[in-house]
Amino acid sequence: MNEPLHIFDRPNSYIGRSVPRPDARRLLEGRGKFVDDLQLPRMLHAAFLRSAHSHARIDGFDLDAARAMPGVVAIYTGKDFADHVTPYVGTLTHLAGLRSAPQMPMAMDVARWQGEPIAMVVAQSRAEAEDAVAMIDADLHPLDAACDTESALDADTPVIHEAFGSNLAWERLVEAGDVDAVFSRNDVTVIKRTFRFGRHTGVTLEPRASVVEYDPSENRLTYWYSGQAPHMMQAILAKHLDLPEENVRVVAHDVGGSFGIKIHTYGDDIATAVAAKLLKRPVKFVADRHESFVSDIHARDHVVTGRIAVTADGTIEALDFDDLTGIGPYSMYPRTSAIECNQVLNLTGAPYKLRNYRARGRVVFQNKNLMCQYRAVGHPIAMAVADGLVDEAAAAIGVDPAEIRRRNLVPDDTYPCVSASGMKFDDLSHEKTLDRLISEMRYDDLRADQATCREKGVYRGIGLVSMVEVANPSPMFYGIGGAPISAQDGATVRLDAGGALHVSSSITEQGQGTNTILAQIAAEVFGVDMDRVKVTTGDTDNVPYGGGTWASRGAGIGGEAMLLASKALKDQVLDVAGILLQSESESLDIRSGSVVDADSGAERISLRDLARTVYYRGNELPSDVKPELIATRHYRVTDFPFVFTNSAMAAHVEVDVESGFVRVLHFWAVEDCGRVINPQLVDEQIRGGVVQGIGGALYEECVYSEDGQLLNATMADYLVPMAGEMPDISVFHVETPTKTSVLGAKGAGEAGTGGAPAAVMNAVNDALRPLGASIFQMPMSPERILKALGKV
Amino acid sequence: MKAPDFVYVRPGSIAEALALLADTDADATPLAGGQSLMPMMNFRVAAPGKLVDLNGLAELRGLRVENGMVRIGAMTRYAELLASDDIRENIPLFGLALPHVAHAAIRNRGTIGGSVALADPAAEIPALLLVLEAEIHMQGLAGTRAIAAEDFFLGLYETALQEGEIVTEIVVPARKTTEQFGFYEFARRHGDYAMAGVALKVGGPDHCRIGFFGVADRAIRATRAEVAYRDGGVPAAMAALDDLPFDGDLNAAAKTKRHLAGIALKRAFEGIS
Repeated sequence: MNEPLHIFDRPNSYIGRSVPRPDARRLLEGRGKFVDDLQLPRMLHAAFLRSAHSHARIDGFDLDAARAMPGVVAIYTGKDFADHVTPYVGTLTHLAGLRSAPQMPMAMDVARWQGEPIAMVVAQSRAEAEDAVAMIDADLHPLDAACDTESALDADTPVIHEAFGSNLAWERLVEAGDVDAVFSRNDVTVIKRTFRFGRHTGVTLEPRASVVEYDPSENRLTYWYSGQAPHMMQAILAKHLDLPEENVRVVAHDVGGSFGIKIHTYGDDIATAVAAKLLKRPVKFVADRHESFVSDIHARDHVVTGRIAVTADGTIEALDFDDLTGIGPYSMYPRTSAIECNQVLNLTGAPYKLRNYRARGRVVFQNKNLMCQYRAVGHPIAMAVADGLVDEAAAAIGVDPAEIRRRNLVPDDTYPCVSASGMKFDDLSHEKTLDRLISEMRYDDLRADQATCREKGVYRGIGLVSMVEVANPSPMFYGIGGAPISAQDGATVRLDAGGALHVSSSITEQGQGTNTILAQIAAEVFGVDMDRVKVTTGDTDNVPYGGGTWASRGAGIGGEAMLLASKALKDQVLDVAGILLQSESESLDIRSGSVVDADSGAERISLRDLARTVYYRGNELPSDVKPELIATRHYRVTDFPFVFTNSAMAAHVEVDVESGFVRVLHFWAVEDCGRVINPQLVDEQIRGGVVQGIGGALYEECVYSEDGQLLNATMADYLVPMAGEMPDISVFHVETPTKTSVLGAKGAGEAGTGGAPAAVMNAVNDALRPLGASIFQMPMSPERILKALGKV
Repeated sequence: MKAPDFVYVRPGSIAEALALLADTDADATPLAGGQSLMPMMNFRVAAPGKLVDLNGLAELRGLRVENGMVRIGAMTRYAELLASDDIRENIPLFGLALPHVAHAAIRNRGTIGGSVALADPAAEIPALLLVLEAEIHMQGLAGTRAIAAEDFFLGLYETALQEGEIVTEIVVPARKTTEQFGFYEFARRHGDYAMAGVALKVGGPDHCRIGFFGVADRAIRATRAEVAYRDGGVPAAMAALDDLPFDGDLNAAAKTKRHLAGIALKRAFEGIS
């Protein structure tokens, strides 16, 4: 007897189809509802005075001139909030030893980075607020600053938080096997390199923004914001503004990109909420581009010295590295700034069979903007270090880069398995993805082209990376450490009287297509056309409780909850239908908005008629039948701390060795994110991620002066990757569904950003190799490449 | 990022504009295409009390060729220059260079006179005018005057323009049949200000004019390299750049600029047409 068709295998399934986004037209017509579109009666506008120094004592303020400016309603300095908000500390208990100092929305006694808010003007318009900010006379006494990561722990470097005695925030050592024994063997080739990763930031199209309204009659605070985790913000606002959690409503309508920037607690946002509460009037704060650069979290800022030992046949015997990372003067609240380093320690070399492994990480304070989780947290560092060393080792022993990977990747038939750093892996496909990559990119042809080009003085390079990506995290990521961050998500599915589905979910839409895939899943699993599914996300009053968008978890966790809820509602509806139709409910199915006979497909009753009977003419039902045309289900990952995704990627570049300019000629990504729900959305996620990865590899850097001044805080000077410089990006899929869920989906949001920097770096070094030059510093700017070539 | 308050006036004639600009108490600034000034105001780097918008002045628009000279109104936009047959025939160097000026949206608003008056050291236009032996025409309440481009660009955002004067016209000699032109620039991304760029006019084996931008505090002629070219060709010209006052910036130290200037010069010569 044949197995019944899996729900995803049915003809015309929405799962696996590139269904257009239902919200695309609305957004393209300019009818998006972003925070700055919100206008409330009596609303005021906030602007901030930010510290001009990277480290300064605040001796006082003269606010008279600012108070006299037109339109000014209130001016607050840090100390004015001391009784109205409690300090927050960015530590979590599972990151043993992590320390950070209490933070307030605005600095009170000492400002610790250039850009830290120190005073706030609330006025009738943003322009008037800015005019008044310019009139604030702040008495700041500059202090010696600790800006450089590499000297942060030196004895003569100023200590940012005196009570700690040093600028060390956290350290961790991971050890497996006997690394020292391997490196002392004389049958191994040892390669040692130092990698430097500059700071960069997210540059969301819509900046951070919030509108806060406080209603004293109900002691109720409503917080509209451009963000990723409404329930987390609800808990944070309630805790620190002393409000009952249920009296805080957090709403995120359309969000113009997040990339992890919008998942943290920012002083200016909290200050806006405090001001709204004190003034009992709505207050809007929309960060301008300059504020975004100096206050949105930065990412990376790592120096890694690593070594690898390989045998003559290319077997990787050991990996050993030391990661030093600068996080600014505080660990960010509530997720902490130790996670990126932790990911580096957990993930470096993870695609490879590796028994001897040592990873030391140190996280240090510095007088720069805070560093925290941004798209592909830690992955670009982990992949570039491991695959950079792998390629250098391959070159040293004369093995082809594709071949050394084949010899060392964890075989596809050995799962489940545990990595040297203790990560549990299952359902990965490193061999399949690499094989597919080599074939799709026509690797051998590119090698032949490379040889021909070199004869003509044209230097092309091919760079590979095999990677893992953290996705679908369990409570082991944050919740275990005490953060108010849910690892589970909920979905509610309701059949309305018109026969349409209203669904809601606790995951959020940032522009990546969350609402589209939720509708696809509900339509497919329940059995209606997609245009009959209306989706609500991003509102703590109106969606089930859950975590939101981060760590590539939306489809895998929120999607599974939607699947379970849709299936539950379908069963409930079929129970009612069975009674109405005097049939066995098992003999019925729901297809295209109707209850049908499962075998013949003949319509028995439309959902509209069924719902109208239940809602309007309940008298037609037996009195003991109590229909529930709504279902809610929640889902969390239980078997693994994370459900990993894997991919293999390649970059083809041409280096202009006279000028140091790099052109990426083509990029390939073979991704295994399990079940692909919407190929177009996944492909665009991968491409967007690759572009951000290329940005980190070649363009983006927050350039600081030695005394901690951010020198390029404009869109003219900070180089985001632009379409003109981007290559075609070919995306392919290997689908190995995760066994942890019915849906089988794993995350795909961060792979491109995590893998592209390694691939591009390896490609550049592959191009430079015949010239005896190499570069391990990102971004690989023309000047740095010229230096590597010894030309400047 | 909101500009401080300012008064906005849109005069209907040059005379009216000059009268408005002469009111020194008002701290008036002319507004041309606004592609540099408006961002500077929003960043509060510039805070003029009064903006005198020149966009309504038909007298400053358009271009014509007469007596072997191309006369370009100061308010002529990059997009208009790029679309003009007269420019294509008579100033082929503009055709080579202007696609590198920022992006289409900026070229639709930005004006040649605005670029001249601002004198950004990394902008293309001033270097082109140096090479083309152009003349900058100005007008103030005291009357009109004209200055060779070579004497106009004095330093970082510093020009020969006097208080109250505006640029009215750029006059460029039309191409002679013997002349060829070259252009090359290095920018991190297309449309960015150049890390180093060069424009060339080659009149024959013994005569060329070389103008660099993005390497110093202003657009600058490389006169020694011009002489060296006459004596030793392109390699000699490349080697004769050391006396230029290279200034480093975020993307390139002075030494890197020196290196890139030489490569740009070589490639500009390779591409002459």
